[in-house]
Amino acid sequence: MALTLEEVRHIARLARLRLTPEEEQRYTEQLSAILDYAARLQQVDTSQIPPTATVLPLRAPLRPDEPRPCPPRERLLANAAQQQAGMFRVPPVLDQEP
Amino acid sequence: MTASTYEAVIGLEVHAELLTRSKMFCGCPVVDSTQAEPNTAVCEICTGMPGTLPVINQRAVEYALRVALALRCQVAETSVFARKNYFYPDLPKGYQISQYELPLAQQGWLSIDVGSGEQRVRVRRVHLEEDTGKLFHREGYSLVDYNRSGVPLLEIVSEPDMHSVEEVKAYATALRSLLRYLEVNSGDMEKGVIRFEANVSVRPSGSETLGTRTEIKNLNSFRALVRSIAFEIERQSRLLDAGKTVVQETLGWDEVRGVTLSQRSKEEAHDYRYFPEPDLPPLHVSAEWAERVRAELPELPDARRARFRERYRLTPYVASILTAERAIADFYEDALAAAPQVSPEKTANWISGELFALLNQAALDIDACRVTPRALGELVSMVESGEISAASGKAVLAEIFQAGGRPQDVVRARGLAQLNDPQEIERLVERVLQENPQQVQQYLDGKETVSQWLFGQVMRAARGRANPRVIREVLERALRSMEENPPTA
Repeated sequence: MALTLEEVRHIARLARLRLTPEEEQRYTEQLSAILDYAARLQQVDTSQIPPTATVLPLRAPLRPDEPRPCPPRERLLANAAQQQAGMFRVPPVLDQEP
Repeated sequence: MTASTYEAVIGLEVHAELLTRSKMFCGCPVVDSTQAEPNTAVCEICTGMPGTLPVINQRAVEYALRVALALRCQVAETSVFARKNYFYPDLPKGYQISQYELPLAQQGWLSIDVGSGEQRVRVRRVHLEEDTGKLFHREGYSLVDYNRSGVPLLEIVSEPDMHSVEEVKAYATALRSLLRYLEVNSGDMEKGVIRFEANVSVRPSGSETLGTRTEIKNLNSFRALVRSIAFEIERQSRLLDAGKTVVQETLGWDEVRGVTLSQRSKEEAHDYRYFPEPDLPPLHVSAEWAERVRAELPELPDARRARFRERYRLTPYVASILTAERAIADFYEDALAAAPQVSPEKTANWISGELFALLNQAALDIDACRVTPRALGELVSMVESGEISAASGKAVLAEIFQAGGRPQDVVRARGLAQLNDPQEIERLVERVLQENPQQVQQYLDGKETVSQWLFGQVMRAARGRANPRVIREVLERALRSMEENPPTA
C-alpha cells in the first residue's frame, strides 16, 4: 500500500506541515510502511462483526444542562499570541485559507 | 427562457442552534452571541485547551431527538461522534466534533405545501455537532470571539427532493416553524440561529440522471437562500445551453451583487479526514428514552393545519397562516374557547386580518400582544351579535391593542354600543327625510341613487353607531310609503 509523494504533500498541507524534500521522501516510505502494517488487519474476516468505534463497553456519560460560571477572560486570553479588545487576534482570514 | 427546459434538483442542509442553557460539551452558558461581551461565555473546553475533555449535554440530545422524531426519522440506538478536521481560527481545536458515519437519526420526511397539495421532502439525516466561534475581519488581521464556540448545533440534511425555489422556501419555512413548535430554536434568523447550505444542479427536463451540482455555503436568510438558488439555476442552465459544463465546486453568495462566487480555496478543505472522536464513547439512546420524547411531542404544524381545516372549516391558506406559529395557533384556539358561539371562520378572519395588521404595524410578536385571546373572542362575539358595528369593533381592537383591557369596558366608556332599536332609527330616518325635501323629491322623480346619500345622512345622524342593516330596512320602508302616498307639496 504505497503512498505517492503527491499524497504525502497533500496530507502535509492539510495538517499545515511544511516538509523539506528529504522529509517528504522519508515520510512517504514510513507512512507506507505503517499502512502496510495496518493492512494486515484487513485480512481478518469482519463480515459478521458490526462496525466498532470502540472496544470498550462504554456509553457516553451525559451531563445535565446546567450552566456553570466561566473562568475569567484574562486567564483564557493569557496564552494567546496576540489579543485585542477581549478577543484572540489572529493572522488575517478572509474566506481564502492560507 | 432557459430555465423551463431544465429541471432543478435541490437539496438543503440546515444548521440550527439548540436552545439549551449550556453548551454541547461544556458547562458554559449559551448566550446571545450578537449581544454578549466577547469571550465571556467560554472556558478551557470550548477554546480547545490541551488536556480538556468533552461531556455531552443531555438536553441537547433530547432536543435533537424531538426534531428527529417530529421528522419521522429512525433514531439510532447507538450513534458515534466524529472529528471533522480542518484549520480555521473560528475552530480552536483544529477539528469540529460532529457525527459522520453513524448519525443520531436517519430517513425521515417533512411535508410541505406550495399550493398544489401536500408533498414530502425526505430527510436523509439529523445529527448533532458543535457551533464554531465568530470571526471579525480587520485590516491586516482578524479577531476571534468564542462565545458561540461549542453551542449545540443540529444539522438536518434533506434528500435532493426539491425542484424550485418555491419548494425550497416552503421546506425552509416549514422546518423553522417545526423547530419553533418543538421549542428547540428561537427561529430568530437575524441572530444566525438557523443557517442554510444548498446543493443545486440542473438537468434536461425529463432526464433521470443528476447533473453536476454546486454547493452554496453560508446562507443566513430566506432571502439569500431563495435568491442564490434562483441565480444558480439560471447560471447552470445558461452554461448547459451554451454547450458548456458545470464545474462541481463550493460557492459563496454575494448578497450585495446578487451573484454566487467560486470559493476555490474551500475545495481542499472538503478532505476532512473524519475519524471517530476518541474522547467520546458512543452515544446510547434507549428505546424508552426515544419513546418518552415521542410521547411528549406537541401537536405538530402539519397535523394542526389539517385539524384546523377540518374542524374549523378554514381555507388551506388561513389554516396555514394560523398554524405557522404555535403561539398564534394557541391564541386562536383560546379565543374560540372564550367565545364558542361565534363561527371559527369569523374569529380566524379577525386574527389574520385586523390583529395581524396591528401586530405588523407595531412590529410585535403575538407573545407581546396586549390583546388577550379572551378579549378577542369577546370582541368578535359582540360584532357578530350586532352589539357593536364592525367599524366600532376595529376601533375597540385598536384601543385594547394599545392599552389592554376588555372590549366591553371600551364599548361602554366610548359609547360605541350599536344602535339596533328600529323605533329610534325610525325617528332618525324621519328627521333626515324632513330636513332634505329636495333630495327626497329627486328620489321620487326616479333618481334612485339618492337613497344611498340619504342612508349616509341617517348614519351621520346616528354618529356612525346605528346598525346599517336596520337603517336600510327602515329607510326603504319609509321611501316606499312616500312613493305610494306622495307628500303634498
